[in-house]
Amino acid sequence: MSTTGTVTVLIPAPLRRFTGGESKVSSGGSSIAELIDGLEASYPGIRDKIVEDDGEIRRFVNVFVNGQNVRKLDGVATQVKAGDEVGIVPAMAGGSVA
Amino acid sequence: MLNSEIGDGQATQMVLRQRDRIGTGGLGEVRGGSIAAEPAAVLAIGQTPLLPLHQFARRVGLPDFVELWLKAEWTNPGGSVKDRPALAIVRHALAEGHLTPGKVLLDSTSGNIGIAYAMLGAALGFPVELVIPENASDERKAMVRAYGATVVTSDPYEGSNGAIVHARRLAADHPDRYFYADQYSNACNPAAHFATTGPELWSQTNGRITHFVAGLGTTGTMMGVGRFLKRQSPLVSLVAVQPAESFHGIEGLKHLPTAIVPAIYDAAIPDEQLGIETEDAYAFARELARTEGLFVGTSTGAALAGAVRTARDAAGRDEPAVIVALAPDGGGKYLSTELWG
Repeated sequence: MSTTGTVTVLIPAPLRRFTGGESKVSSGGSSIAELIDGLEASYPGIRDKIVEDDGEIRRFVNVFVNGQNVRKLDGVATQVKAGDEVGIVPAMAGGSVA
Repeated sequence: MLNSEIGDGQATQMVLRQRDRIGTGGLGEVRGGSIAAEPAAVLAIGQTPLLPLHQFARRVGLPDFVELWLKAEWTNPGGSVKDRPALAIVRHALAEGHLTPGKVLLDSTSGNIGIAYAMLGAALGFPVELVIPENASDERKAMVRAYGATVVTSDPYEGSNGAIVHARRLAADHPDRYFYADQYSNACNPAAHFATTGPELWSQTNGRITHFVAGLGTTGTMMGVGRFLKRQSPLVSLVAVQPAESFHGIEGLKHLPTAIVPAIYDAAIPDEQLGIETEDAYAFARELARTEGLFVGTSTGAALAGAVRTARDAAGRDEPAVIVALAPDGGGKYLSTELWG
């Protein structure tokens, strides 16, 4: 994994049972896909909640990098770097977290 | 008296009196001349169509002896089933002096009851403030603001529980400023369905209904309709639909094992609980749009998924059934989601 540093990941309440109740965790990786692999390594079971079997983000899930929805960037191939903040939010009705 | 202290029976009587006075909406009431002063938005609430889903039923392989019907709550003026409890809550608060001039109606919502309160606030003349999770869609927040209501956003990572906690804190900190409607604890919520939605379904099916399928959010629909239908016939089966897991995208529904359980919820009312995957809810909503030309929201997709499961069970037993699913809202408020993508 070509991680160059840690990325902060904000965990929504329904997924905190995987992170021991933590709402903010650190993970590594140079892309969203790698970051999710890193989360799975630390918190087994969380990956399937976020992505489909083919690795694409589930329809009702939005993943944000510094407030920007990765669907409008490069999806799971979107690059991340140390210091970035990644948010995982169920799409209640679309919406955004800026 | 606090809302949560209102007994079910008392709230039901209040709503029934309101219904007698204002009807459940519709032109017939206007011709009667008794409610000429009611605003148009109030008159238009309720008496929604019950639609047969012949093409959809064939598409999912149901035999003719298993009927599938949809209660089209998106035809309410605010666009959702929530117009009914909102009207009952507001009427009760006005009648009991909880919502007095100068007070602001406050509640937490992911959208629909907020739109209903905002509509009623505009029509009846009181200010409305709503706590909405920040990840609710821009169209929802814009609709609420279009009616003149104020939006307070809550932490998107805390979901609807976070919005509830935020609203409770506001209400506790400013008791003189707010009437906290609290749809999750307000007995007027199920009472509205006992007084209007339930009787409409019984009458529209000529008492033939065998199964009622509805999603659980505040649980007001299932509690109110369920109690009414059981009173008419204990043989009617009540099927409650919940998201299969806590992390889901079915707007308005709650995964009760991990949610703040609404005070109005009585676990003894539903006969059956079905867990629905978000992807299945979306798939059924899309299927309904393509086969019947009915454009519905995600929670309707979940109710349909539950109704189809119930229908297939009945078909498997060679048992005739009249299954009614309740459609809380239309699909328009979900255009920015992947539902239609």
